[in-house]
Amino acid sequence: MDLNLQELNATEFPVPVELEDNIAITSLSQLYNWGRRNSMWPMLFGLACCAIEMIATASSRFDFSRFGFEVMRATPRQADLMIVSGTVTKKMVVPIVRLYNQMPEPKYVLAMGACASGGGPFKEGYNVVSGMDKYLPVDVYVPGCPPTPQALLYGMIALQRKIDGQSIANGDDVPWYGEGPAEPTPVPVLGPDIIDPRQMDMIRRQAEAAASEAGLLGQRELPAFTQLVAATAVATTAETTEAGPVDEDALSVVLPTGGTPWAEAEDIREKRRLRALARKALRATRRAAQTEGE
Amino acid sequence: MENLAAPATKRLSIDDAIEHLKSSHPHAVKSDDREGYEGVIVDSDRLVEIARVIRDKLGFDYLSSATAVDYLGEGDHMEMVYHAYRSSGGGALVFKAQTDREAAQIPSLVSVWRGADFQEREAWDLYGIRFPGHPNLTRILMWEGFEGHPMRKDWREAYYEEEQKPFDSRWPGGHVHRAEEKNVFGKNVSYPPDIDLNRLMDTSDTAVYQSLGLGVDIERVMDKDGFETNELVVNMGPHHPSTHGVFRMVLTVDGETVTSLEPVMGYLHRNHEKIGERNTYLHNIPFTDRLDYISSMGNNHGYVLAVEQLMSLGRRYNPPTYRCEALRVMMVELSRIVNHLWAIGFWLNDIGAFFTPVLYFIQERERILDFFEAVAGSRMMCNYMRFGGLFGDLPERIKSVSNLTNDRVRDYNTMQFLTEMINERIPRTIDELELLLTQNEIVIERSMGVGVLGAEDAINFSAAGPLLRGSGVAYDIRRADPYSIYGELDFDVAVEQEGDMYARYRVRVTELRESVRILKQILPRLEATAGESIWADGKPGAYQPRVPHGESYGRVENGKGELGYYIVSAGGRGGSANPWRYHVRAPSFINLTPLGHMSKGHKVADIVGILGSIDIVLGETDR
Repeated sequence: MDLNLQELNATEFPVPVELEDNIAITSLSQLYNWGRRNSMWPMLFGLACCAIEMIATASSRFDFSRFGFEVMRATPRQADLMIVSGTVTKKMVVPIVRLYNQMPEPKYVLAMGACASGGGPFKEGYNVVSGMDKYLPVDVYVPGCPPTPQALLYGMIALQRKIDGQSIANGDDVPWYGEGPAEPTPVPVLGPDIIDPRQMDMIRRQAEAAASEAGLLGQRELPAFTQLVAATAVATTAETTEAGPVDEDALSVVLPTGGTPWAEAEDIREKRRLRALARKALRATRRAAQTEGE
Repeated sequence: MENLAAPATKRLSIDDAIEHLKSSHPHAVKSDDREGYEGVIVDSDRLVEIARVIRDKLGFDYLSSATAVDYLGEGDHMEMVYHAYRSSGGGALVFKAQTDREAAQIPSLVSVWRGADFQEREAWDLYGIRFPGHPNLTRILMWEGFEGHPMRKDWREAYYEEEQKPFDSRWPGGHVHRAEEKNVFGKNVSYPPDIDLNRLMDTSDTAVYQSLGLGVDIERVMDKDGFETNELVVNMGPHHPSTHGVFRMVLTVDGETVTSLEPVMGYLHRNHEKIGERNTYLHNIPFTDRLDYISSMGNNHGYVLAVEQLMSLGRRYNPPTYRCEALRVMMVELSRIVNHLWAIGFWLNDIGAFFTPVLYFIQERERILDFFEAVAGSRMMCNYMRFGGLFGDLPERIKSVSNLTNDRVRDYNTMQFLTEMINERIPRTIDELELLLTQNEIVIERSMGVGVLGAEDAINFSAAGPLLRGSGVAYDIRRADPYSIYGELDFDVAVEQEGDMYARYRVRVTELRESVRILKQILPRLEATAGESIWADGKPGAYQPRVPHGESYGRVENGKGELGYYIVSAGGRGGSANPWRYHVRAPSFINLTPLGHMSKGHKVADIVGILGSIDIVLGETDR
């Protein structure tokens, strides 16, 4: 990758023409993103048919190293990008979530192909997870069955564009620039069917309802109406979890936890947002104190 | 030599063999008289005894496929269907054993054919048939603790809509919805009402370790010199870079030496068979592409052969034309070349030549995929064959408008492109491959004498493809039980005697050369039939065929071994549009049965190579 400083130069401050190749004035975020976008190492980890096209993309004819996806690493600890290349099954999603948790931040997920994006042709299968985004946050979806190497490259470049738009200063939209380690994604459990720990409460309520109403017993298909009720229930609980006034020492804000797992996830997100706000406020007050002192 | 000493019963024709069985076991064996069915139904109490007769006296020593069928509403019983062949060639002796649906139980045949091991576990997993006498009857594709046996006809998945496609909601109304919106959890799950959330624990792994007879703890053992060593359990996979996908091996090692190996699979079990039984016959063709996704053309071929076999029982069926057969054979041989190049490349990866050789092979593969793309419209998932025909004939020219900047614009005359590829490029690649590898000292050192599988074991384990032929059994379905136009083509069956990794490599290289030889014979046949239709009447046959009542087993020699499709049609008036049973006899799956046997006593680094030399693809292993 050639270092093109003119590309990086992004301010109104003029750089003398003779120095344009030597000096660039830019923001820290931009410099940082520029470095990151050009050294995204994907994880060497294939799931199904799409993995073959992923290998073809890595090999000489298409060669994604040209775009900064330098080398595939077999260990999650050295990878920045997880390419979910193929059908995610219920049995496989457990190790995938574990692998994701082991990747150091910042980390990204690219869902390659129809299966990883939404179940694909195997969606109705009893052992198939209908899309990686049911368990992990996905950054880029690449359609196709399998996507051609060109399509995968396009998706990877789209991810680079996404990185370009991120800011270190904003812990809100990029959680890992916040303080402390991020909460790991809960690992699903292989019970009678796969269980997402985030839905534990909901499963319990369903089981209770099934036990109390004889009509529900043995019925595998649940009507859309029930879901509607559940969704409204979540919406109301989520409202009550709106945080109170921000504390002076807002870093240790404790939020009331809602009854549902969805609300719990909301809580976590809300907590992060509040922390980021508090840090911002703290910095502002410090800066104000400094200027006052001067 | 063996044939001279063999009793005359070993040379009986299939019909005579069936008569022989019926006369020697008058009460236990009866003919299968159902319309369109073949073979015999065996009293399940005497199954093991009769299986021994079939193997030893009648000479059907190769158990190709063992699978279950659920006849809910059609007699309400479960049935195990076995296809046994002679390793010297010829057709199948089909025998079946029936059992009640509730408390289904059929004696295990592992003591007769060890190749039945995984297939019986699969039948237990998916159909809930118990096999008394099986050494390790645990779930194989789903996890231990999963609720129900999903392939039973009365078991419904979470996204269940209707028994059979096309679903009323989609056609002809065309109302599409997202299945998530109808499921209360918003994803593909459903739980039994009596789920106990307080005692929730993931026991799927414990079951694997227990089946090895091990705790997860380290065990102390003494080696022969009295030193205390530790025997440990090492887990490889399911995301290990050497496992060719999401395959997992649980090894116990004493130092560096492997003492036992337990393959764990199902991480890519995406329910081909359940979905296939909801699909129409035509729907299934693109699904077969995704079984062995390296050689999709071969998968298509096996499936259309099986369905054509069934269709030929009915009245309205036209067999494919000569040009169609020639095109099929050409496509299949090209995929075999892709498959073997890929297999050799990744096997070299596994024994340490990391990614350098494979890059050269992928170059050649790209060339072949360009051709597939021009003909079928897709690089990998060709979806090319149809019942009684093909998707389309060869195009006049191979071109492409969208190209990468460093890629020459493709515009070739198709026949010229093919001729150049078959006569020059591919032979050149094979020569180069042989020059660098066959006498390569490191390859020889690493692979000779490693992972040995003897001829008798290979047959008994139902090994197929290069794994079987590398063990000195000259069994190639293209010769042993010819289909399509292979009977008239001139080629040799590749065979090596040693049974080790190197022998399998040699078999693959020879097969590459034989494939080129076949392709060279196909080219003049294509030229001679130019302009002829690929369809019997000059127009495409029935788009959605209606298939008469019966069963069929279509098998082809795919790159990885014998790929078979067992299909049962429920028939009905005018035939049925959906298969009642759709089973895939996957070579990658059954070839893994001897993995533990072959790996014992080798070092961990060799295990990776042994697995690579079997050449599996997980889409087919787990289906």
